[in-house]
Amino acid sequence: MSNDFPWLSVLLFLPLVGAVAVMFLPKEGPLAKQVAFGVSLLTLALGIAIAIDYSPDGGTQFTENVEWIKSFGAHYALGVDGVGLTLVMLTVILAPVVILASWNDGDAGRWSPRAFFAWMLALEGLSIGVFAATDVFLFYVFFEATLIPVYFLVGGYGGPNRARAAVKFLLYSLAGGLIMLASVIGLYVESAKTDGGATYLVSELAKIDFGTDVGRWLFLGFFVAFAIKAPMFPVHTWLPDTTENATPGTSVLLVSVLDKIGTFGMIRFCLELFPEASRWATPVVVVLAVISIVYGALMAIGSDNIPRLIAYTSVSHFGFIVLGIFVMNSQGLSGANLYMFNHGLSTAALFLVTGFLISRRGSALISDFGGVEKVAPVLAGFFLVAGLSSLSLPGLSPFVSEFLVIVGAFVHSKVAAAFAVSGIVLAAIYILLMYQRTMTGPTREEVAGLPDLRPREVLALAPVLVLVVVLGFFPKPLLSIINPSVDHTLSKVDKHDPAPTVAESTPEGAHE
Amino acid sequence: MKFTAPHIEYDLVAPILIVLGVAVLGVLIEAAVPRVHRYLVQTVLAAVGIVAAIVAAVLVLNRIHPRAENPKPGFLSAEGALAIDGPTLYAWLLILGLALLGVLLFAERRLEGGVTAFAGQAAALPGTEAEREASAKGLEHTEVFPLLMFAVAGMLMFPAANDLLTLFVALEVLSLPLYLLCGLARRRRLLSQEAALKYFMLGAFSSGFFVYGIALVYGYAGSMRFERIADAVAAGAGSHALLLGGMGLVAVGLLFKVGAAPFHTWTPDVYQGAPTPVTAFMAAATKVAAFGALLRLFYVAFGADRWDWRPMFWVVAILTMVVGSVLALSQTDVKRLLAYSSIAHAGFLLTGFLGARSLGDIHAGDINPVQAVLFYVTTYGLTTMAAFALVTVVRDAGGEATHLSRWAGLGKESPLVAGSFAFLLLGMAGIPLTSGFTGKWAVFASALSANAWPVVIVAVLMSAVAAYFYVRIIVVMFFADPVGDGPTVAVPSIMTSAVIAVGVAATLVLGVFPGPLLDMLGRTAEFIR
Repeated sequence: MSNDFPWLSVLLFLPLVGAVAVMFLPKEGPLAKQVAFGVSLLTLALGIAIAIDYSPDGGTQFTENVEWIKSFGAHYALGVDGVGLTLVMLTVILAPVVILASWNDGDAGRWSPRAFFAWMLALEGLSIGVFAATDVFLFYVFFEATLIPVYFLVGGYGGPNRARAAVKFLLYSLAGGLIMLASVIGLYVESAKTDGGATYLVSELAKIDFGTDVGRWLFLGFFVAFAIKAPMFPVHTWLPDTTENATPGTSVLLVSVLDKIGTFGMIRFCLELFPEASRWATPVVVVLAVISIVYGALMAIGSDNIPRLIAYTSVSHFGFIVLGIFVMNSQGLSGANLYMFNHGLSTAALFLVTGFLISRRGSALISDFGGVEKVAPVLAGFFLVAGLSSLSLPGLSPFVSEFLVIVGAFVHSKVAAAFAVSGIVLAAIYILLMYQRTMTGPTREEVAGLPDLRPREVLALAPVLVLVVVLGFFPKPLLSIINPSVDHTLSKVDKHDPAPTVAESTPEGAHE
Repeated sequence: MKFTAPHIEYDLVAPILIVLGVAVLGVLIEAAVPRVHRYLVQTVLAAVGIVAAIVAAVLVLNRIHPRAENPKPGFLSAEGALAIDGPTLYAWLLILGLALLGVLLFAERRLEGGVTAFAGQAAALPGTEAEREASAKGLEHTEVFPLLMFAVAGMLMFPAANDLLTLFVALEVLSLPLYLLCGLARRRRLLSQEAALKYFMLGAFSSGFFVYGIALVYGYAGSMRFERIADAVAAGAGSHALLLGGMGLVAVGLLFKVGAAPFHTWTPDVYQGAPTPVTAFMAAATKVAAFGALLRLFYVAFGADRWDWRPMFWVVAILTMVVGSVLALSQTDVKRLLAYSSIAHAGFLLTGFLGARSLGDIHAGDINPVQAVLFYVTTYGLTTMAAFALVTVVRDAGGEATHLSRWAGLGKESPLVAGSFAFLLLGMAGIPLTSGFTGKWAVFASALSANAWPVVIVAVLMSAVAAYFYVRIIVVMFFADPVGDGPTVAVPSIMTSAVIAVGVAATLVLGVFPGPLLDMLGRTAEFIR
């Protein structure tokens, strides 16, 4: 593949154009769904081709840079490094899975199913843009633009309280985004003071020394927005409400893909642009991350509603990711990067398989199920594997990442790590309790006639679970893509002022 | 004593003269042309007049534009009473463009079943036999077109005025026709007349403040001319108390026109009561003119004393944003809600206005405050105009259905109307890829460059609050089920449709490709004195 051709733009605009095209197809009949599925497969193929062509040690690749708004210093600049590429891949892998799994979910909505799939494709394209943008302004534009499809997907096709949930989601995200806007504008003002003039290119901004006070204020603006997005305790409350009311497919795209923007942004912007401020904030962030881990897990144990439960497990898992990012050593950071990808897969599997279960029974409450494994053994099997991957069973991919994060946490602070480990134990409780209560025991009357998984549903779930197993045994391809980016980030964190705390926590020979 | 005739550069002030000429001609037409033909003649005359004024303004622009041979930053005209420079010409073109859209809205006849949205006979008391008779005969007031043109002429003079007296004359010329227009609604006439009276009373009151301020400033500087005032301020001569009092009182008059808190109380009532085409025009064009005047007065005349007036505007900007955003939360009428939103936007504009710095601090290519404010007012004006135009389309048996509950389920009834309105609302909320976002970015960057970060933080928080009430309308339109029969969406003529299309297109284009306009403003946003 030629590096001059704007492959990332094609990857980004393919789903967007597909979304517009789907809106012009007939309202009735399966054609819109088929076209949407086809577009997402085509995007996946292109994504795979890009990933194959990517060379792990080559830094940021597939770069494009066109001046966009000169007065603002904004560029249409794209490019992927290891972290960006894994998340772009996650997006293009999950989009067809979700479309296939949600084949009939759009039928019961407020609007036609074709709008449902058009919003899904739009969301896919915008998410790719978020992860591929190498200009802060462009990133911000995509960051905010992703809210609109999710808003309509939740509000138009979800459960009984969908309108409320959609508004809550939108307002939380908008509030975070507007706080970030202040920092984004601050970046403009600071960069305008330099000799190079105003610019939003990440590569240029990373060279600027913002000074202690300014850097910390700007960092805070970005961090608050990303913490809401991730979501971290105490700004997580929108997530359970949203997943409770959204369709499983929307939840997958929201939790598995969009929430990663928060953690991705922490690495790309908080750490790389404001290294001093990131070190300054580390103690608080680590404490919040540990609280998220434990609190999310405890709330999950106490939830009777399955989508809410999964949302809380994600709060816990995002705690792990943030912990891995802010311990600022190579194990923690590679673990966090890997975790972003693996959590995407395992949570997607969990949302989809429970979605199938819920749509069969017509209730999302654990207490309404019992003994399903006897009537739907295939579903139960998929459920078990997805659940085990979520609790990080060795041999499944999330285990590798969680292990790395905890190792990194131990290097950083034994106390934090000790609390984080409890998250693993609690994870076993909430997953296994959910499985036990819904699947085992005597079969309840109401679930007696439940049909097992249909071939379409198996086809949607199987690739995800296969990836979970394969990457569990053989995470090397992913790590080899991620590790150079991790080294790059760590070099940024150390660059300006090698703080002793970080130097101490870096194990010998890891990267320096 | 020898009388010297003043020298007027007719070519430079041609846009104002053309508009005034058309207005006078319009009055004559009312007297001379038979009633059946008046509507057509007035509409065409107004539209042609505005287009001619636009052409004249472009010709002047070419003489100061960098592309001209010997480009000059601008000209002083009419014995120094008018300053024709980049910001003036930009404001002219924008006001004329908005006026053209306004004429289209004024001329809309299909929505009311063959008559305009203005009263059949304004002199007939509401609810009387005379009124019914006028309606039955299908009378309509075509005087609205000359009135509109007089207001436009005042608006053109307002941002160009280079001395305090011209500024005052322009203020009155633009205000008086608007007071009258506000009271001419065909439906809900008592509400409309109340709005007109309220606007007039408060407007007259604020004019009083304004004139008193002029007197104090004259006492301080010994001149009405902006450049002499600037010299006096720079020299620090005279009593400082006179200057402070004068600046404060003059600011009251201008902030009243802008609709900034605490001088905003007329806005919701007037915006709600006035005929919607008038509201649309007034909301958009008055803001352009008033901010043009505010910028020139405070940057040129009082620029050297900005350490004194900046704290005042900090407080006003913060107060305006908070009042506009927070009070909008409890509104249930779409027009009132848009009125409060326009107050909030006045606050955002004032945030950009706070970016005043000495020219030495502004690097080449940086966003300067004049550029930011003029850009924002462009985005705001076009979006608002289209939003009010959409309000005229949603109707029930009693005319426009402005109560928010009547908009429930509009997304099902007419996806196009609801979708366009939702897009405009997202634009006002400042979602990226709409002009509202680029505009917000520009004014916030301007303020932050001048270290007004507390104001920017308030602005950001209030944007979040504002987002809530915009989203609430979207929720009502798309996610709520209609109560009763729900509203109907009337099909407007090509004229209203054109206004909506222009507004929506501008909201999108200025959101995605704001570069050319921003660059143009960056080159021309320079005041002369």
